[in-house]
This record gives sequence, structure tokens and C-alpha cells, in this order.
Amino acid sequence: MTEPVLKMSGISKTFGPVRALHDVSLTVYPGEVHALMGENGAGKSTLMKILSGAHVPDRGGEITVAGTPLPFGKPKVAKQFGIAVIYQELSLAPNLTVAQNIFLGEEIARRGVVNRAEMRRRTQAILDRLGVEFRPSTLVSRLSLGERQLVEIARAMSVNARIIVMDEPTTSLSSRETEKLFGVIAGLKAEGIAVIYISHRMDEIYRLSDRCSVLRDGSYVGTLERDALDAETLVRMMVGRDVSSFYKKDHTPTKGARDVVMTVENLGDGQFVTGCSFEVHRGEVLGIAGLVGSGRTELLRLIFGADPRATGRVMLEGTDVTPASPRHALDAGIAYLTEDRKGLGLFLDMTIRDNISMAVAERDARSLGRIDVAKARARARSAVETLGIRTPSVRQTVGALSGGNQQKALIARLLEVNPRVLLLDEPTRGVDVGAKSELYRLIDRLAQEGLAIVMVSSELPEIIGVADRCLVMREGYIAGECTAGPESPIRQEDIMAYSTGSAGGVARETVQ
Amino acid sequence: MTDAASRTATARREQFKTMIMALGMLPVLILLALGFELMTGKFLSVNNISIVMQQASINIVLAAGMTFVILTGGIDLSVGSILAASAMAAVIASLWQGLGWLGVPLGMLMGLVFGIANGAIIAFLGLPPFIVTLGSLTAVRGVARLMGGDTTVFNSDLPFAVIGNGSLFGVPWLAIIAIAVILLSWGILRGTVLGTWIYAVGGNREAARLTGIKVTLVLLFVYGMSGLMSGLGGVMSASRLYAANGLQLGQAYELDAIAAVILGGTSLVGGVGSIWGTLIGALIIAVLSNGLILTGVSDIWQFIIKGLVIILAVALDRYRIKGGART
Repeated sequence: MTEPVLKMSGISKTFGPVRALHDVSLTVYPGEVHALMGENGAGKSTLMKILSGAHVPDRGGEITVAGTPLPFGKPKVAKQFGIAVIYQELSLAPNLTVAQNIFLGEEIARRGVVNRAEMRRRTQAILDRLGVEFRPSTLVSRLSLGERQLVEIARAMSVNARIIVMDEPTTSLSSRETEKLFGVIAGLKAEGIAVIYISHRMDEIYRLSDRCSVLRDGSYVGTLERDALDAETLVRMMVGRDVSSFYKKDHTPTKGARDVVMTVENLGDGQFVTGCSFEVHRGEVLGIAGLVGSGRTELLRLIFGADPRATGRVMLEGTDVTPASPRHALDAGIAYLTEDRKGLGLFLDMTIRDNISMAVAERDARSLGRIDVAKARARARSAVETLGIRTPSVRQTVGALSGGNQQKALIARLLEVNPRVLLLDEPTRGVDVGAKSELYRLIDRLAQEGLAIVMVSSELPEIIGVADRCLVMREGYIAGECTAGPESPIRQEDIMAYSTGSAGGVARETVQ
Repeated sequence: MTDAASRTATARREQFKTMIMALGMLPVLILLALGFELMTGKFLSVNNISIVMQQASINIVLAAGMTFVILTGGIDLSVGSILAASAMAAVIASLWQGLGWLGVPLGMLMGLVFGIANGAIIAFLGLPPFIVTLGSLTAVRGVARLMGGDTTVFNSDLPFAVIGNGSLFGVPWLAIIAIAVILLSWGILRGTVLGTWIYAVGGNREAARLTGIKVTLVLLFVYGMSGLMSGLGGVMSASRLYAANGLQLGQAYELDAIAAVILGGTSLVGGVGSIWGTLIGALIIAVLSNGLILTGVSDIWQFIIKGLVIILAVALDRYRIKGGART
């Protein structure tokens, strides 16, 4: 095998009393995609920050780049060594052009006069190598998130990066943009650039990585070769215990005509959603798949009354409850978990107690609208207990919790209203593997308790693992339905065929 | 055992942090008061403290209403104009034979109506609060001038003059009203569902809507509250002066009220803040004015010093909160 381009060995890092990394080693070869996995807080980001010079590790560690030792804590030097890190929050100036962004701080200039033509020429050369469509003079504000990511990669290439670190690059990308990114990564590989790829998504790891290293609680667990990759092993390495089955589906939906909880008829908003009709049964988990932008979130929001409706109605157990506002929907027994828990769900500055009891505070109130603090506390404590929210106290502010625990707190708020139908929009987005597994168990338990659950997800394995039935949306309508049999799970190929429209354009055909 | 111990330690640290946050600007207030006492030797006399409370009272009342609005992430620029219109209403009504006391409820009602009008435009038409209340700042000022035919209205025999000039056990009624308003606001913000909703709307408006909170009602309430407090302020200032003038009364009061709220640590973005902070903020402004007069600083320099102290105090506050977050 060739010489490694990067060797990190014996890296430890302590922040005060907290040991973030302990004796971690990592070896990366040129032209490989090296996946780095681990739960949130396992130390991935810290390790990458040490590599980029943002953090100085404790004594005793060593990093060499192509055989030359890299001095610690010097971001500029790390850059000169060819290390580029692309963070989740992109660091581009949207008001400048692509070329200006790529050469930001490194402008080609003579006596203070910027040579725009040269910058544009060089940018074009890099963009050609990447095979992208936008031009050096395009304003970054006019680019999609995915295209902005490509600008970041172009910037890394402009300084001849040898190692590019990508931290969950696909979280906010559509599937088409993800495809584009994967194509670019293949190109980088071919040029001999090493890519360190951080992701929680198993399917991406399978597809991209040549090798995969796992961290757990700040320690290096091991590295798997491509051939040895499988979900069970990876999860066991990350979680540190045997997760016998990652997904859980013990509930059995009741399928009689009498057991229909919610009927959606011809629902549409005249824009993103057209004529959607379906039924959900008691104890059933109905998955909704489809590409980003196919109208899945919009459909859930329509059912919940969050957006104005143009056509159709929503019935609960035979009664028309078509909600005019989220408040009506909640009163009727429909609860909605938003896909954007920080932006649209939680009150980050408020306590867990207030967040959980918010929707029922009015119902619980004593005379003159006074808050019943004891009741709110009792609700919060019992929710923390039953959902396993890890927190020292219910008076903790929600913003201080981890992603998985925030998600559980938000679900707890929904459950307090005793809903009959639960609409979940990307319930496991941005939570780590351990918490994901717990959320699947929770969804399964709620279905066993008789709730009707509608779950939108972009992760097909999740739909296949948890849902009993799956609707596939395309361009705002329901393009097809896949049902899991007793021994035959929902097939990924069927979902893909419906969502891309390659199933021969036959809408609403049931695939057994 | 150790787990429980560490948990109580964490809880205690949390408590300490909340206390520090709540204390906020109190040290600044105390330092200012001590400083003026050292310079003049008469600042902390019972008599002077009573004067400071009296001077602060109207701004405290306005700032209390403003706190509700700013907690939802809004702003109310019209409080000074509403105060003038309400004072006009109160004095005009006080001239009615035998019904003069009606000036008090009428003045307050006037404020409430204007406030609810602000709230309705903001809540139902979805216009930005800054623009809406900037508009009513001008329009209501016009109404105030119209009411008295653009003259000063006097009533030397004001039936409710006791509010502005009397006292109970040596405490001026104005100060008692101000404290009562603070206590009432505290009760609403901390103890009621509505109060929680106000924080929720300010913290994350869309999340509040999706949680089933009546956002419209919350907005109507906070602007109505701010209007009502301006009305009360109008009654207070009319009863102190035995007169009202639609043109001059309440000019730039909104700025002092906003300054008090910000000094008190309430975030302009909404969702974070407390009424006690507002009280301290308003007191800092009053102490500065009074102290600077006592030390004989010229009127022009008072403006400059007051402005700089406000900026400095908020800068210190930001620094303190950042430091607290780091540990």
C-alpha cells in the first residue's frame, strides 16, 4: 500500500475535567474516502478541530502529513499542509461572487489592486474540474445550499488541499444535490485527494467509504474495511453494547374498516400538495417517503391546519374535523412534530418543564389563569422518566440538551395533549445513533398503545424498519403505496421507483 | 449518593446563575447611589429617595408596559403620545361638575383603546410593530393636540390631585402605584399561563402557533397592556401637574421607557427578560437624573452622561452574560 497522507497517533484532549479524546489514532491514505463515525459527543469534531489547528491537543500526540510532522494549534500552517475542513455551517459571504469567495483573504492582487480576471480564470478552472454548472461571477446568495457546499470544496481545491474533511455534508441537501456531491467526491478521489467523511447516515457510508473508523466516548474503537462494513457491527462499535435489532417493529396494526382513525380526503393547497387521500388505522405506522420537495412536509402541515388549505377534508373516526389552525387540530387530537425542532418546535430559552407543559398549560390552569406549577412539574417529571430524557432537572433549559433529548422533550409535549393521531416529520433528523434506536422503540410503543402514526422520513431504511405501510409522494401527489407483508418487508426499490416516477407512471398501485 | 450530590451541586450552580442573572444591573444602581451620596452628602436622605421614587414612577409604569411588548419581540414607540392624549382626557373629564373622578378611568380607558388599536393592526394585518407604533406616535400626538384645541387645559381644583401629590405613611402615591404595577406585572409574567405564552411568543413565534398558543390574543394583550400603562401614566402626570398639554407632555418618554427595559436585561429579540430588571433599569435612569442635578452638572452634560451610561451599562451586561455562559 502507498504511504499514508495523514497519520494521527496518541491524540488526547481534555477540557478542564472533561476528557474529550483519549489516545486516538487515525491513518488516512491518499485517494480514499475515510468515514468517521460515532455518536454525538464521541469526539469526532474535536479530533477534526485538532487536525485543522483550532484546538491544541494534550502532550504526547503526533500528527504527520505525508511524513512531515504538523505543528499543533496553527490553522494557517494546517492550511498550508493541505488540510481543509468544510463545516456544516458554511462560511461563505453570500453577497460576494463565487470567485471572490474562493479567493477571500487570498486575493490575487498587485499593489492592492485586485486582479479579477485572473481570479475568475482560476476559479473557472477549478469549477471545470468539479464539473459544476454555476459560474465564477455568480453571486453566492443565488446558489442552493448544495451548490454553496461545492464552492467550499472549490475553495479547498484552490489551495491544493490534500485532505478534505466534510462534516455531515448532506444534512441539508436534496437527493439530487447529494448525488452531485457524491460525484464530486469520486472526482476528488481520482485526483488522489483524501476525504474524511463524517456522517450519521449508514447508506452514505456504505456507498462512499473505503474504510470507516469509529470513535466512542473519545476513544478509538476500530477501523473497518469496506468489505466488513455492516450496520449491526457499526452500531455495536458506536454504541458499545449489542443492539440486537436497530429498528423495532413489534406492534401490529388493526386493519378492520372500523379501526380507521384518520381519513384524509382530496387534501390540497393548490401549490405543493394536490388531491391527497389516505387512511390511517389504529396502531399503525404509516410511512411517507418521497424526494425532498415532493410535498411531504406540506401535506403534514395541511393535515395539522398550519397552512391554508385549498381543497379536501380531514376526518377523525368518521367526524369531519378539518382544522383551520394548529389549535383546532390539537383540540381534535392531531399532534404534529416539526422537522425543524429548533426553528419551529422548541422554546430554547425556556425550561424542560415549560416546554413539555406548554400545550396543556391553559387546560391545567387554576383560577384567573394562574399556572399550576405542581401539575406542570409532575407532567414534566413523568415524561422525563417514561421517555428517558437525560437531564439533571426539569428546570434545565431545553437548549442545553443534546439533539436526541431535545427531540424527546418535543415529543413529550405532543403526548401531553393525548393525541389520537401523531404526525412525525423526520423524527430522527440530527440525532445520534443511540438516540435514533430509542426513538424507534418509542414510536413502536406508541403504536402498540393504539396511536395512529404518520411518519415522514428521508431515510428509506428507517421507513422500511419501522412503518407498516408507506405512501410515496412525487410532485405533490401520492404516487404509490407499498405495504409490508408478514414476511416481506417494504422494498427500497419500489419506493425509489415511485418517488422518481420510473414505475411507469402508474399512480396508486399497491405493491405487495 | 455521589450522583445525587453532584445533581444538587448542579442545581445550586443553576440557582446561583439565575440569581446573578436576576441581580443584573442592581450592583450598578447601588454603586451609582453610593457615588452620588459621596459626592453630595444628601442623595440618600429619606426626602431625596422619596423624590427619586416620585420622579421614576411614571417611567416605571411605562417601562412595565413596554416590558410586555419587548418580551414578545415587539416595540411600542407610541407610549409618550398615548400618555399625552390620556392626560388630556383625564383633565378634560375632571372639569365635569361632580363627576371629576371619572377622569381617572377615562384616561386609562383612552390608553387601553389606543393600545388595543396598535395590537389589532399588528396582530391581524401582520405589520411590523416598529412601523405601526411609529405611525401612532405621530397620529395620537395629533389627537392629543386636537382634544384641547391645541392649548393647555388646567384644573386647579383637580379632584384626583392626591394621586400626584399625596402620600400614604410618607410614601408618595405615585411610588405606590409604580410598585403595584411592578407586582401585578410580575404576577402576570411569572404566575399565569398568559405570561408563559408571552415568553413563548417572543422566544419562537412560529413554534408558539404550532403549539396551539393564541398568538393573536397575546399580541392584543401586550399592546393593550402597554396602552393601559400609558393611560395610567397620563393620569399620574395630569394629577401631578393639575394640567395637560397635548403638544409637550410625554415627548420622548418612549425612549426612557425602552432604555429602562434594555438596562434591565430584557432582550430586544424577545423571550428573555424580567420585570424586576425593568424596575432597576428605570431606577438607574432616575438616579442619574436626580444625582446629576444634585451635583450641579449642567443640563446639556446630563444628556451626554446619561446616554453614555446607558451604553456602558448594557455593554457591561453583555460581557457579564457571556462570561456566565462560558463557565
